[in-house]
Amino acid sequence: MPLVLNDEQNMLRDHARGFLSKNAPVAHFRQLRDSKDATGFSRPLWKEFVDLGWAGILIPNDHGGLGLGHVEVGVVTEELGRTLTPSPFLSTAVIAASAIARAGNDKQKSAYLPKVVNGDLIATLAVDETSKHRPEKTALAATRAGNGFTLKGAKTFVLDGHVADLIIVVARTSGAPGDAKGLTLFLVDAKSKGIKAERTPMVDTHNAARVSFDDVSVGADAILGQLDGGWDALEGTLNVGRAALASELVGASQEAFDRTVTYLRERKQFGKLIGEFQALQHRAADLYCELEVTRSAVLKALQTLDESFDKASAIVSVAKSRAGTSATRAVQEGVQMHGGIGMTDEFDMGFFMKRVRVCNELFGDANFHADRLARLHRY
Amino acid sequence: MSELETFRKEARAWLEANCPPEMRKPATGEDDTCWGGRRVTFKSDAQRQWMERMAAKGWTVPEWPREYGGGGLSRDEAKILRQEMAALGCRSPLDSFGIWMLGPALLKYGNEAQKKEHLPKIARGEIRWCQGYSEPGAGSDLASLQTRAELQGDHFIVNGSKIWTSYADKADWIFCLVRTDPNAPKHEGISFVLFDMESAGVSTKPITLISGSSPFCQTFFDDVAVPRENLVGTINKGWDIAKYLLTHERDMIGGMGRTSDSRSLGQIAAESVGVENGVLADTVLRGQIASYEIDALAFRLTMERVGDLAKTGKAHPAISSLLKYYGTELNKRRMELAMSAGGSDALEWQGERSHNGFTARAWLRSKANSIEGGTSEVQLNIIAKRIIGLPGA
Repeated sequence: MPLVLNDEQNMLRDHARGFLSKNAPVAHFRQLRDSKDATGFSRPLWKEFVDLGWAGILIPNDHGGLGLGHVEVGVVTEELGRTLTPSPFLSTAVIAASAIARAGNDKQKSAYLPKVVNGDLIATLAVDETSKHRPEKTALAATRAGNGFTLKGAKTFVLDGHVADLIIVVARTSGAPGDAKGLTLFLVDAKSKGIKAERTPMVDTHNAARVSFDDVSVGADAILGQLDGGWDALEGTLNVGRAALASELVGASQEAFDRTVTYLRERKQFGKLIGEFQALQHRAADLYCELEVTRSAVLKALQTLDESFDKASAIVSVAKSRAGTSATRAVQEGVQMHGGIGMTDEFDMGFFMKRVRVCNELFGDANFHADRLARLHRY
Repeated sequence: MSELETFRKEARAWLEANCPPEMRKPATGEDDTCWGGRRVTFKSDAQRQWMERMAAKGWTVPEWPREYGGGGLSRDEAKILRQEMAALGCRSPLDSFGIWMLGPALLKYGNEAQKKEHLPKIARGEIRWCQGYSEPGAGSDLASLQTRAELQGDHFIVNGSKIWTSYADKADWIFCLVRTDPNAPKHEGISFVLFDMESAGVSTKPITLISGSSPFCQTFFDDVAVPRENLVGTINKGWDIAKYLLTHERDMIGGMGRTSDSRSLGQIAAESVGVENGVLADTVLRGQIASYEIDALAFRLTMERVGDLAKTGKAHPAISSLLKYYGTELNKRRMELAMSAGGSDALEWQGERSHNGFTARAWLRSKANSIEGGTSEVQLNIIAKRIIGLPGA
């Protein structure tokens, strides 16, 4: 497959860009932040996403979704990265929908996927328990109780955890923290007795929560995929999230870069446009190269998820690691090259810096993925 | 089966049958590369056979038209051929500046007589070419070159000198930038001419580099008579050809890292540094190698993406500067890491064990990558101005 977007994907991008720049520009995000919105996202805007079909972007046609691929998901998250739009798109339409569509049984798919498509269900994945992403270290225990299980433990950095209706909980059913074997995914109603979600406002004002599970009872039918064998489904789900985030990072860094270049062409000091100074030209040119090289890896990761889903781990790690690193540079240069104004809250550049920091951390930062690649290559 | 898949099958079968086993091992020294030419010496019969079989098939220059000695392959077929050669570990049968640079320039700017005369000899490895671009006073500022060519009757009389002329002492012919109008602005008085290095008045002096080898020469021209028909393109319009060729050169140098050792750096390091608890014993080096591998894979994908963009006409005309800049800096990083991974073994300058310091010499050679064909800094200037659109001359 050529490493470029096809005509339909280009159309989707143009459409998403047009829609978001009109309905959800950075000013929309700023307004949500300034009004200290209790949910942290706009339900009317999410409804519009639903009307566009985006909530069901990955969901197969027979459950009412658009049945599109991961490249299309990346096209949308890239544009969301440009506008910093907060929404349950990543948690619900990408990660949870992918997990249920791939690992769920017919009953589970019929129960949840149409609701996601219709915008009636916000769903999320609860995996992290410590401040760094280490899925195999999962300790949250699911112990057998009668015909079902009892969940006990706590999760952190759960996207949209305070507004989710359904939580996909990664739990340990056997083995010890550190073992990839012995993990099981559970579909848990967020209103179940014993669940407490505490919204944790993050540096980027996007949504996350700490969620505790205090002897939460679930039935055996809550198991998503295989008992004790949840690792592969989890890795697949995480890969989808990581690739989508890498694309969001591409969007955020491209927007930060474009704004910075515009500034270099306008701002005058010492009687010259600062973009005439070679010290800045070379840094901008080098950054341009970094972003272009990252873009290639991210597109390849998305295409690989579409073409050979089970063989995507290495390229997804390459994409996520590079996206985290090059986006970090893009926003650092964005602030530095804007000078003092780049440090002000009134100016948007800081928003990009904050969002990039969070996206970099989410589902494994650049170091995590470099380590993962080295392990995959056995060194 | 699609046509391309049929081609893949046929290409593989042909390579299996025709590529001698010795030519499927990684090159370990400069003489493992066949450069062709009047004074060619083959290291082995296998090397000669491989070159001759590939030349007969047209696959020394797979994408050139058949009438000029090429294979007449499409871009996609040529890519498949490269993939199949890589899968079998086949060495390049013939490397030359004629293939990489002059050929593409002649195909675009040469007249029919020039194409018929020169291209088949390049494809068959009969004539080895060198490139006369840089001068002692014209490096990054190439267009300030001073080698003069005055038209006298049917001949140009060429005087001046070139430097960093790769393998000039081994080359049969030179393609050369000369100043034909000293009064015009610097970009507008340059012409592109071809001449035989055996012409009276041509002399070369090899330059020994830090790697210990002498791939470059200073080349002197003292009243060299060049037939007028050896002018390529229009007189005083040679800069267009020069720029076109620089683009090719940049793509080539940018892609250099691809062809060296087929083992990954991680594997090389695992063998020499050792593995403890499943990870490389030197954990800091491990992180550096992983980060390099990530960038190297992303860069390979970028070359692929730029190729795909070019097919749809959407590649920026100056994008080769990105490939040249990024690829050469990456290759320098790779060689630094290869030296770290190799430790003291990699420092042995002579003897069988180190293949006469193969890694060390390649490490030192790589430092030229970001200088030759336009320095990294020149590429950044081009990217800043032509791609990003920053102001300034």
